[in-house]
Amino acid sequence: MLELLWLIPTLPFAGFVALALIGARLSRTKVALIGVGSAGLSAIVAGLVGFRFLLSPPPGHLYSQTLWKWMHVGNFMPEIGLSLDALSLVMVLVVSWVSFLIHLYSAEFMVDEEGYSRFFAYMNLFIGFMLTLVLADNLLLLYLGWEGVGLCSYLLIGFWYKDPANGRAAMKAFIVTRIGDAAMAVGLFLIFTHLGTLKIQELMQRASEQWAVGSTLPIAAAALLLGGAVGKSAQLPLQTWLPDAMAGPTPVSALIHAATMVTAGVYLIARTHVLFSLAPAVQLIVALIGAVTLLLAGCSALTQRDIKRVLAYSTISQIGYMFLALGVGAWSAAIFHFMTHAFFKALLFLGAGVVITGLHGEHDMFKMGGLRRQLPLTFWAFLVGAASLSALPLVTAGFYSKDLILWQAWSSKLGSPWLWGAGLAGALLTSVYTFRMVLLTFFGEAKAQVSRSPGVCIGIPLAVLAVLSVIGGFVELPQTLGNLPLFSEFLHSVLPKAPDQGGAGSLLLFQVLAAIVSLGGIWLAYLLFLRHRHYAENLVRTPLGRALHCFWLGGWSFDWLYDTLFVQPFVTVARLGKEDVVDLFYQGVARLSRILHSGLSATQTGRVRWYAAAIGIGAIVTIGIAVLL
Amino acid sequence: MALVLMRHGLLLAGILFALGLVGVLVRRNLLFILLSIEVMLNATGLAFVVAGSRWIQPDGQVMFLFILTMAAAEVSVGLALLLQLYHRFKSLDIDAVSRMRG
Repeated sequence: MLELLWLIPTLPFAGFVALALIGARLSRTKVALIGVGSAGLSAIVAGLVGFRFLLSPPPGHLYSQTLWKWMHVGNFMPEIGLSLDALSLVMVLVVSWVSFLIHLYSAEFMVDEEGYSRFFAYMNLFIGFMLTLVLADNLLLLYLGWEGVGLCSYLLIGFWYKDPANGRAAMKAFIVTRIGDAAMAVGLFLIFTHLGTLKIQELMQRASEQWAVGSTLPIAAAALLLGGAVGKSAQLPLQTWLPDAMAGPTPVSALIHAATMVTAGVYLIARTHVLFSLAPAVQLIVALIGAVTLLLAGCSALTQRDIKRVLAYSTISQIGYMFLALGVGAWSAAIFHFMTHAFFKALLFLGAGVVITGLHGEHDMFKMGGLRRQLPLTFWAFLVGAASLSALPLVTAGFYSKDLILWQAWSSKLGSPWLWGAGLAGALLTSVYTFRMVLLTFFGEAKAQVSRSPGVCIGIPLAVLAVLSVIGGFVELPQTLGNLPLFSEFLHSVLPKAPDQGGAGSLLLFQVLAAIVSLGGIWLAYLLFLRHRHYAENLVRTPLGRALHCFWLGGWSFDWLYDTLFVQPFVTVARLGKEDVVDLFYQGVARLSRILHSGLSATQTGRVRWYAAAIGIGAIVTIGIAVLL
Repeated sequence: MALVLMRHGLLLAGILFALGLVGVLVRRNLLFILLSIEVMLNATGLAFVVAGSRWIQPDGQVMFLFILTMAAAEVSVGLALLLQLYHRFKSLDIDAVSRMRG
């Protein structure tokens, strides 16, 4: 059964090829059948493979499949090879099933859109590349998938290409992530030059044999890979593209910009964790980036009016948690949070999509309200997702994953009270902005009438994801609640356990604290945004409040900063360079040919007698020359 | 039979050709232009015939027959154009048809 592994990424690619070639001529039903069907088949194969892997794990918990040799240049022989271990299995299962659910949702959601087959072609291409990324057994193939998902992200952000703003957002996403990718490419060169291989298993083994902890090479390699991860996962300082990426259709935001692609950075770091363990300085930076990002993005999420931008900032913030976990060596906690986040964030985006289309494309939460009666299913699903995001204690998946991260940020050898404090403050922010969103959208008095209620294809993904957002956490029960760490035991074959410094305090105490913070945030949101709306309004009216509000609304003015520091100087230099010496020469050539042109065209008088005279003179001159010379 | 000197024959052909050319360049009426072209063609034919008789070869007269045939074809096309011109512009002035300039 494991040898079917190659089918998992191939099926979506096949769907893409079919849709790209004949999609425009097919009916919408057939397009949806191909698009959703290939994603569904891929998910089923992934399920079968995963089942087999769990029942009888291959030797060493690693199954490799080499499809063919990619190229052979000197001693550089990358292969198109897939490898399945516990980490990639988790990624494959989450990616393929969440993708399938979102495809099913899109089949109904996008049905009125122009470019239906183009949409599904891009989405299938995306799944293919994402699965290539997580299954690749060498970093070069991983990089291919990495760039491929970047391309699909670009194509899908600019899906409604007729509005130039969407095209600009797509370009911004592409260029900003490219900065990180350039760093990553240099990192790959470095690794290949010094370790002689890009195969992930081999290079990790050689790195731990050849490189000393804290020496220059692993630090450089890890820092460069971190650059790629930061760009893709929208962490500080390359986070500015993600809020603008919301210009794409909502299923795209759910799939690419929340559940799967943006977490590729987390996967990359977990995959190459040996390098990061060899570079403690870089690992500390990972933790710091995570902690700072989750706070900044949490504050920004608090002030947004656009429901999708709240979710975008929330995604940045939650990936910050994953980076925090990676930074303190809690590898499996990061992957656990990736999984639960994929469930509840996809759910929240899909719910937001229903709300937005129901209200004729209204994104402003302050113009919504009271939707819980009009969209009951969406309301309950959204509420479950929101509860999971704000880590409502005991019953939601988000609680178990976030709690694990917070606990390990404190208890790990690499952790510190500061990191834990940042995580806890972020948890408070999370539950405040999440329930601000829920309360503004679904509670209060109704301000608009819903025109379109969701059908079956939208309802099923919402329900399934809502269930997963609850039960997804029960695979990893902490010591105080049953002590059943199935998930981290499973990942243990790939990712080492977090280094525990031992006796750092009572887990129970920290869980209670986290629970209090989560509930306190919800209560605060209730107080500020439902019960006493004027509290929040008065807060914004004070000078400090208004300044902070504007600052946070604009995402801490990072766009302005980058515009002044990089974009404007670049544009100025480009404008200066436009009129240089070389250009003067070519402009002269152009001007000369234009003068010649106007001279010649003046001879075309349209008078037959002129032409006859010209022929006569020409003949006389030619004969004269022939006779005289 | 007094032989015509080739010099004289060619001179006559040259004068006729020049007259025809001047007619083509000076006249504005398409009918006269066509007539002038006929004169030029005949001048060329005369030159061939004179040359043929100088070297006692039949080729000159054969060429003249070709020129006659061609001239007939040319006149038929030219007259068709003339009719069209008159039909469209109600005039035979060739300078009226100068729209394909520049």
